[in-house]
Formats: sequence, structure tokens, C-alpha cells
Amino acid sequence: MPADFNWAIGGEAGDGIDSTGKIFAQALSRAGRHVFTSKDFASRIRGGYTAYKIRTSVEPVQSVVDRLDVLIALTPRTIEENLSELHDGSVIVYDGERTTMKNATIPEEMVGLDIPLKRLAEEAGGAIMRNVVALGAACAVADFPIENLDSALEKRFGSKGSKLVANNKDAARAGREYVTENYEYDFEYDLETTDEDYVLLNGDEAIGMGAIAAGCRFYAGYPITPATNVMEYLTGRIERYGGHVIQAEDELSAINMALGAARAGARSMTATSGPGIDLMTETFGLVGTTETPLVICNVMRSGPSTGMPTKQEQGDINQMLYGGHGEIPRFVLAPTTIDECFWKTVEAFNLAEKYQIPVYLTGDLALAVTEQTFPPEAFDMDDVEIDRGKLVDDETIGEWQNEKGQFKPHALTDDGISPRAVPGTEAGAHMTTGLEHDELGRRTEDGEMRIKQVDKRNKKVETAQAEEDWSPREFGNPDSDILVVSWGSNEGAILEAMEMLESDGTEIRFISVPYIFPRPDLSEEINNAEEVLVVECNNTGQFADLLEHDALARVKRINKYNGVRYKADELAAAITDALTADSEVTA
Amino acid sequence: MSSEVRFTDFKSDKQPTWCPGCGDFGTMNGMMKALANTGNDPDNTFIVAGIGCSGKIGTYMHSYALHGVHGRALPVGTGVKLANPDLEVMVAGGDGDGYSIGVGHFIHAVRRNVDMTYVVMDNRIYGLTKGQASPTSREDFETSTTPAGPKQPPVNPLALALSAGATFIAQSFSSDALRHAEIVQEAIEHDGFGFVNVFSPCVTFNDVDTYDYFRDSLVDVADTDHDRTDYDAAKELILDTDREYQGVLYQNEAAPSYEQAHGLTENMADIPDGAPGDAMDLVREFY
Repeated sequence: MPADFNWAIGGEAGDGIDSTGKIFAQALSRAGRHVFTSKDFASRIRGGYTAYKIRTSVEPVQSVVDRLDVLIALTPRTIEENLSELHDGSVIVYDGERTTMKNATIPEEMVGLDIPLKRLAEEAGGAIMRNVVALGAACAVADFPIENLDSALEKRFGSKGSKLVANNKDAARAGREYVTENYEYDFEYDLETTDEDYVLLNGDEAIGMGAIAAGCRFYAGYPITPATNVMEYLTGRIERYGGHVIQAEDELSAINMALGAARAGARSMTATSGPGIDLMTETFGLVGTTETPLVICNVMRSGPSTGMPTKQEQGDINQMLYGGHGEIPRFVLAPTTIDECFWKTVEAFNLAEKYQIPVYLTGDLALAVTEQTFPPEAFDMDDVEIDRGKLVDDETIGEWQNEKGQFKPHALTDDGISPRAVPGTEAGAHMTTGLEHDELGRRTEDGEMRIKQVDKRNKKVETAQAEEDWSPREFGNPDSDILVVSWGSNEGAILEAMEMLESDGTEIRFISVPYIFPRPDLSEEINNAEEVLVVECNNTGQFADLLEHDALARVKRINKYNGVRYKADELAAAITDALTADSEVTA
Repeated sequence: MSSEVRFTDFKSDKQPTWCPGCGDFGTMNGMMKALANTGNDPDNTFIVAGIGCSGKIGTYMHSYALHGVHGRALPVGTGVKLANPDLEVMVAGGDGDGYSIGVGHFIHAVRRNVDMTYVVMDNRIYGLTKGQASPTSREDFETSTTPAGPKQPPVNPLALALSAGATFIAQSFSSDALRHAEIVQEAIEHDGFGFVNVFSPCVTFNDVDTYDYFRDSLVDVADTDHDRTDYDAAKELILDTDREYQGVLYQNEAAPSYEQAHGLTENMADIPDGAPGDAMDLVREFY
């Protein structure tokens, strides 16, 4: 019996794939199993192909693999799309009475379970429950106690009345019983349950929850895949804490609203994806030069232009580091796991206020739409610390006024950080501007003051480099000659790939970097290693470029840009190839 | 503190660099008077300015202020006001800032009806870039970039506002100091988005829409029997191509402001030292 179980439901957009998959994932999580989900989806409301995939184990799982054990196929295309992941003995559940599935071919070496999903659902109270019938069938195949599915159905439908919950439970049982009564296969799966309590959430939700925990009270955004979930998470929740979410008319407006709220003293955020960052770049320099604390979340997707909006890519490092005319410092954080999405969000707000600087918080589509189980302690709210930096009040403002009693929002200081007075603070009235300005925030074209203000803004970065912890996350054998470096969401797949490689005798040192700027100096590690492999989901190796620049050394690049996240097994193969190849490897 | 505030408290010690005779002097004076008359003081007032001659106003006034990027002043003001509804927020810009590059934000700010004041210094010309056509320039107005005139009808900002669901539409003339200050004051007092289009003549680049033109042609609705609460009457004046009006053309006091509609009263700057006490509930939602 394999240690992990890989399950999927696929069909057309509009088939309820996502919500069905989420129910099953919830059932597994509530049964004390670890879950890692992924989605294949297209940017359309109906039609096309979409799938929700679950990998589950009693051990932690943090990646997807190229294997499918049970597939619920609502369309023939679902089978075609997944042929490479299905294996001998894979079970395919389908409804042979569905017009489109009548002529579906089940590969010979697999087990086809033809179940009248729609008919059984109608008998239980409505055709709409046909996917739940399929879930019941999956319980039978996987020997998974159906009570866990009941619990997930109660969570999903509880607010809509007990009748609906009861109907769904009946539908699930109809599916389970159809399998046990009509098929006598001895399925090899046995999904154990444990007493562990897990929470199941995706990266966008972790970012939203982190924002509330960190005291973010204002969010302005414009819907865009795959960042919309951040906004949807905050909507209805941030209000409980006195905050507000506003849907702006475009990203130009969203970032300016967020900027306004930050000037008013609120912890403020916007979230978008690459095309939105393009528009927000217009205002980015203003945020930086007015020294306004702002968190800008970029949930990356495949570009350029509209690119592949529902596909994975990590192609925006250069945009975030260098976007905008002129020169203005910014921080760029890139959490590497879903729980880190929460903690890095908290950190982003503290850094933004402490250094009065725009902070890019970057996730990617793989992190955003993937759900993963964690023990609730992974999000221990008692560990959330809030540092508001150099905020002045009615009492302390006097220290920061000139001889005329005017407040100096851009006062020149040793650490580059000025005091901050929010509107309402007595005797704090001041302006600031996108024009170069003096200590009072007023326009200046004086060359000396220009130099002082530029140096001051850059000094903040030096201060942060000295005062904050920019350490990367380290895994594997620290003495290995093989160094793998990556950033963002690839961490989980690399960790699992390392386990596979280790069983083949290859030990690796892995450094996972959640800070793009400022970033840890890895020169020593890179120069001491015999082989350095930099893994990222883009074509050119934007992070590899940075590392080469830092270390004055060459690295090998493992790049993937077909729009699909790394899978552990393919990555293990790519690393093996790279170790024997001379140059670049495309997974 | 309000009783001690004089309008000159809103004046900074920076000398304006507007051309002598520029309409913006009068526009700014009226804004300062209106702010003082409504009991505000510089420490609870936030001015947002766009780009252009008008955008310099934040420098010449004294208050909390942000001089932003071209065309985006209204979203900034929206963010300030929603984050702290106790602040008096006034957004100022020109006809290029508000009706050209920022016209999208104008429409949406109007329909959102956030309780702030929007003063547009409309001189029907791009002054800071030395004399190009603006969206309110006349069809035959010859400029360096439109030698034969724009040959397209000017934007009618009042009509845009009305069609977007405005709750307060007014027009004033910077040189009619008393009326201008009164009208801006009414916009401030309005519980919602108070929009004032101010004819603020450019003496350097516009020899058509001059002080004399406005002085001779403007009809003050205060001298007529116009009922500002009458939508159809307002529409008639706003679409009148024969004359231009000053005064409050339309006001709807029944519509709630955005903050009222969303129950926003708190200062979002006030947050606890750590995560909220019941924040573990957010985690438990994911069981």
C-alpha cells in the first residue's frame, strides 16, 4: 500500500469541481490526515477542463506528485488530460449514463467504475448532488469512513438547512453502496484516520488572515486571478475588527486608496497579480518617496501581458525589484510555504511601518490556490508581534519640529528613518509629495538636499540589513557539495525530491530563500559548493541572476515555465539531470 | 480649538509660484475660508492634490497633505477618509487632472459618494506644460498641440457628475470671492461627495475663458428660482449650451454617504499591540 493516496475530480468549469474537491479535502483533514491540494483550471466560468487534486497521507505532504490513484471523471477529456498520471490499477469513477461519457474509453489496465451518479443523486433529492454520490463511491474505494465526509458536508451545507445536509449524506451513501454492491474488487487503499486536529487553508487565505492578525484594517483591490481570494477572504472578516475592504475601479485607484489609508495611519494593503503591478508601478515611486508604509501583495501568475492567467510562474522578480522610473528602495518578501504566507504577511506590515517603505509580499499561483493542512498552532496568534516604528504623538512630536514649530516628516536621521505623525496628531500638519522634497516635505530642487534625501531613503535599507533577520531556511546535509537554492513556492517539492534523491544516495544542501530584497548573502555557500543548482518557475532564471551577481560565480539553472508547478518526482529527475549536464536544464 | 482657527492658519509660509493674476489664488483663498468657517483646523484636515498648476496647492496651504501622481488624487482622498472618517478631506486638482487622466476615478468617486470635497480648478487649458488643450477647452480653441482647435466637444463635468449619480454639484468662479467661499463651504457641509467645478482663469495661456468672460456671462442660480433638489431642473441648467451657471446646481441630501452605507466610523489607525484577542477564531474557521 502506498504511503500517500492521490485523488482527483475533473470535468468542465461549471461542474462544481472545486467545491466537491474542497469537501473531500475537508473530510480528509477532519479525519486527521494531511492534505495537499492542487488545481488544474482555466480562466473561464464554464467549459474547458478543470480538476481538483488531492494528495493525502498521515505524514505531512507538501507537494504534488505525478501519480493518480483514483480519478472521478465527469468528462472524457478529464481522463485524457491525466493519462500520464494514472497507473496500472488506478480507479476511474464515471457515469456511463451521462451523454458525454457514453463513449469514454477506460484504459485496459485501469479499473473503471461505471456509476449512475446523476440517477442516484436524483433519487437522493436532486441531480445537483451527483458529485457527492461520487465522493461516497470514493469512500468505498479508499476504505475511508463516510462519517468524515458527513462532517465536511455539514460544514459546507449546514447554513443552508438540515434537509440539504441529510440529502447530501444520503447521496454519499448511495454512491458508497453502489460500489460495494456492484463491484467486488479488493481495492488496495485503506485511508487511516488519526486524532490530530488540522486546519486546511491556501496561501491567499493565509495572507488575508496574517493581514488581520497584523492589524491591517484597510484593503483596496481590483479583482484579478490568482489574488482575488485575498480580497474575498478579507471581505466580511476585516469588518469584525473595524476594518474595510473596498473594490476600486482599477489597480491605479486601488494602490492610491491604500496609500491614502496608510497616510491616515492605517495598516493598509492591496493585492494583485503581475498585470495589476504594472499599473500600480505608476504610484509605486510615490509610495516610496513619500515614505509611506504600504504592503503590496503580488500573487504571481504566468506572463507577459495576459499570459496564462490561471497558470503558475515566478516571473516578476525583476518587475518588483526594478519596476518604476528613477530609483527607490523597496523590500521584497517571498514566503515559501502556506504557513509562512501568514508569518511573512505579519513581518511585511512591521517592516513597512518600521522603515516607512513599500513592501512587496509575493506569493504565486501555486501557493495561492493550494490548500494544505497544518496544526492550528502553526498560526499561534500569541506569537504575533506588532512594531509600529517611529510613530510620534501629541507629547513626543515636539522633538521633531523645527524652530518655527513645523513638523519634519522627512527629517534626516542617523538610521535614515524619520518620525511619523498621522493626521489628527496636534501640531503635526505637514505635506509630502512625489516631488523631491526637504525635511518638511516640501518641494526642493536644491542639489545638496536631493543627495541627502536619496541617501536617507537608501540608509533605511542599510539599517534594515543590519537590524533585521534576513536568514534563509536551510535543509538537508549542510556538508554536501551539492547546493540547491530556490525561492517561493518550490520549497515543498524540493524537500520531497530530496527524500527521493537521498534514497538513491544523493545528499543535498538546500537553501530556501524567502527574502528577495534585502536578501541573505550566499556568496560563501555558493563558492564553497561544487554544484549550485537554482530552481525557479521562470524562463530566464531571474533569481539565479541575482545570486550570480552577489557571489560573482556561475550557477546552474533549473527552470520550468510551462505553467505548471514543480512536482517532486519530476524535480528529482531534473536535479539528477542537472548534476550530469553541463549547463541549463528545463524541467 | 475651532473657535480660534482663522483662515490664515491654513496658509503655509511658502509663497505661491502661480503667475500673477492666476485664478488659483482666489480658489485657494476660498477653500481656506470655507475650511475655517466649518470649524476645521489644519491638524484634522487632509488635502490631496494632483499634478498641474492646481497640484501645487498642497504646498501653499497648511494642513496634512499629499501631492500625488497625475490624476489619482480622488482615490487617495477616498483612502484617507475611509481610514479615518473624523478627518476633513479635501481633494483639489485641475481640469486635466480630473477630467482627462483621472476621469475614470472622477466617475467612480462621484458614485461612491464618500464624504469629502472635490475642488476642480478649471482653467480650460494645460498651464504647467505651457498651453495645450485640456478636456474642457473649446472646440475651436487654438493651442500649440491643436493649432486648429481640438475639433471635439469639451467635456461637461457637471453632466458627467449628474449622470454618475452625484449628490452635490456646484460651480463657482474664483474671482467672485464671497460666493466661491460660500459654495465650497456648502460642499464641505454636504454629507457626501461635494463637487465644485471652479472657473479659475489662466491669465497666461487662455485668452478666451478670461475673467471678463466669466464675469459677464455667468448666471448665479442664487439669483434665480432654481430648486437645487429638483433633478430635472438641475439637468436642464447643466445641459444648457447657451449659458453657464454658478452656485449649487444640484443637491441630494437623502442619499447616504459611503461611510454611512458601510457603517464606517472608526479610526483604523488605532490597532492593538498584537493580534486581536479572538484571532484564533480565524484559524478555527479552517477546521
